[in-house]
Amino acid sequence: MREIDAKEITQTVSRLFQEACHYLPEDVLNALKQARQNEESPIGCEVLDGILKNAEISAGGQIPLCQDTGDAVVFLELGQDAHIVGGDLYSAVNEGVRHGYTQGYLRKSMVSRPFSARVNTKDNTPAIIYTDIVPGDSLRIVAKPKGGGAENMFRLIMLSPAQGRQGVIDFVVGAVDEAGSNACPPVVVGVGIGGTVEKTVMLAKRALLRKVGEPSPDTETAELEREILERVNKLGIGPMGYGGRNTALAVHIEVFPSHMASLPVAVNLECHSCRHKEAIL
Amino acid sequence: MVKKIGLPLTGEVIKELKAGDDVLLSGVIYVARDGAHKRMIETLELGKPLPFDIKGQTIYYMGPSPARQGQVIGSAGPTTSGRMDSYSPRLLAEGLKGMIGKGMRSSVVKNAIKQYEAVYFAVIGGAGALASHNIKKSEVIAYEDLGAGAVRRLEVKDFPVRVINDIYGGDLYQEGKTRYRID
Repeated sequence: MREIDAKEITQTVSRLFQEACHYLPEDVLNALKQARQNEESPIGCEVLDGILKNAEISAGGQIPLCQDTGDAVVFLELGQDAHIVGGDLYSAVNEGVRHGYTQGYLRKSMVSRPFSARVNTKDNTPAIIYTDIVPGDSLRIVAKPKGGGAENMFRLIMLSPAQGRQGVIDFVVGAVDEAGSNACPPVVVGVGIGGTVEKTVMLAKRALLRKVGEPSPDTETAELEREILERVNKLGIGPMGYGGRNTALAVHIEVFPSHMASLPVAVNLECHSCRHKEAIL
Repeated sequence: MVKKIGLPLTGEVIKELKAGDDVLLSGVIYVARDGAHKRMIETLELGKPLPFDIKGQTIYYMGPSPARQGQVIGSAGPTTSGRMDSYSPRLLAEGLKGMIGKGMRSSVVKNAIKQYEAVYFAVIGGAGALASHNIKKSEVIAYEDLGAGAVRRLEVKDFPVRVINDIYGGDLYQEGKTRYRID
């Protein structure tokens, strides 16, 4: 049984959110540069230049990529042979969010009583935490600041199995089309297919953590990703919706078996500022 | 061709702006998100004055990240304008002339833009570090309890925006998409 100190978890969560909000992952930067190269719209090129320049400025560590530094989504993979000491796990994560958002000059966007008074919690807690128990004795922490603009464009449908593959394609392309300029394109399209309602939503969210442009290891799914990306980039929405070829940087699909009566599909979009950062303790 | 425009916007200037125009704004703009909009509309309904004289002014839909020591403002990019759609026509009727944000407006707002001769601009979303460079002064003037959603008065210099909706019914989002769509 390996021991992991709660303090170390707090420090790590704090650091990960601060880094995620200032430094775009290398794969996202590369995808944006590639988009800039193949963009045909002059205004689209200007937008992509602006986005890349923004990433350079932010990488100085003094000013976040986007003022919306998100709600603090945390994915934990806890090894079954690890033992957390010196405090409880979720309190340690929340303390890390509190510390990171305060010390890092990140925006506090969480409000309590969301349907009425909407009172800011002032430290961006509570974090949205998901935990998986996995083999091993380490703790993997993924920090994902999730902005509200792209999140609001989420779509879910329970397709009839008869609608099949084509139904999935039409729904996902429709969701990106409907989101248009609101989700800050070029977007990363996270898609969940299968499972139950909440399972498919989680699959869509987790799909956003994959390296941008890395295809699904399953060839049938990878082919579906390729086909949807092609359709999406024919929509013409383009960078920031001003028109162009690059509406999405990638389509990532995660699949899980479903009930024989169901074909759930969820679409969770991520803006071009596809931020996340991870560490293993 | 970039158009350099001094604020506040005049009727003459608004007539010259067309969807797709590249514009640099200099002068004073006010900042308000949906929380502040809700309060402003409630204030108007009570017959009380708004926190600033809205006639001829421009509102930027934005909630900045906190400024560090020595910074005028933190990251300062636009928020999704659609959340202001239910409030904007009333403010346009009060004399608001410019709106800055990102994302599509409702047909009601687009009609109000024509009716009241106003303009809707967009800033590159998700590029708040870049946007902050052209903000020279920032002060909270109302609703401080809303935190990042407070009303601010900004002074901007050559602040880069793009005309989305003009008084002639032009809509860059629709026009751009039509131009690049492949059926």
